[in-house]
Amino acid sequence: MVMLVFAGAVHAQAIEPMPFANHAQELRFQHLTQQLRCPMCQNETLADSNAPIARDLRNQIFKLMQQGRSDDEIKQYLVARYSDYILYNPPLKTGTVLLWFGPLLILLGGGGVVLVALRKRKRQGVEATTVGESADNGEDW
Amino acid sequence: MNRLLPFIGFMLLVALFGFGIWWNTQHDPNAIPTPLLNKPAPAFNLPKLYEPAQTVSKTDLLGQPYLLNVFASWCIECGVEHPVLEAAAPTLGVKLVGYNYKDAPADAKGWLAAHGNPYALLIADESGQTALDFGVYGAPESFLIDAKGVIRYKHIGPITPDVLAAKLKPAIAAMLKEAP
Repeated sequence: MVMLVFAGAVHAQAIEPMPFANHAQELRFQHLTQQLRCPMCQNETLADSNAPIARDLRNQIFKLMQQGRSDDEIKQYLVARYSDYILYNPPLKTGTVLLWFGPLLILLGGGGVVLVALRKRKRQGVEATTVGESADNGEDW
Repeated sequence: MNRLLPFIGFMLLVALFGFGIWWNTQHDPNAIPTPLLNKPAPAFNLPKLYEPAQTVSKTDLLGQPYLLNVFASWCIECGVEHPVLEAAAPTLGVKLVGYNYKDAPADAKGWLAAHGNPYALLIADESGQTALDFGVYGAPESFLIDAKGVIRYKHIGPITPDVLAAKLKPAIAAMLKEAP
């Protein structure tokens, strides 16, 4: 916990202060930049990254905010230039269907396999209890 | 059959990981496909590197195709790419335009003096502001732009002899064939 607080303090210093109009805008900026991915270092958010391009994009987002653009408009602005890669939350479209529903498919598939295996074991258990017992011992992992 | 099942499962995993490794050797996982491909290049108006009083705009460059090469003196990979560009420039078939990205003009000029200057025209984007419209996120990056100002091909990272032969030259040839 102490480490977390400390890490936060270091971060706050790594990123240059910006002249926000008010605290709400600052929170909005932080929230928005945390949902966006740095194009140079793709495992970091724009909020966290210290890469020059991340700094430029933060400044640009700040500028667009001062112009009164909404979060969605800012996201659109970035997607038009840097593609969906800039978003940590990928939009649902034909290319990303598998990404969104793949885990559900795997869960259903795995659930099906377990269900079949359980039924099989139950049937075997009814037919011959002694065999079922020894099989259970061998498979308790 | 049942005893073989774990083995088959294991082999499937091996195949999956093997495919992953193969895929990553074929693709640069850090390369972001540009949404600007086959779309008009963004408008720009930037000073020339050697004559900062003069500016060059997108409309100035319409009428003939060019390869816009984003480079900087601080960019190490650009030094890797530079000899390839120098050798290729005379036979490229399109004008080579240098886009000096987030660089101090003095540093850029010093770098070009040391490494050679293959560019027919050099423009400077010291702040990197215009580069955001191009979706530039590093250097080197290269944009092939046709006579109508449409981006036809983009390469992220250094242009190696392989990239030149396998991707850039075919892209240029296809473009010139379509509209000579």
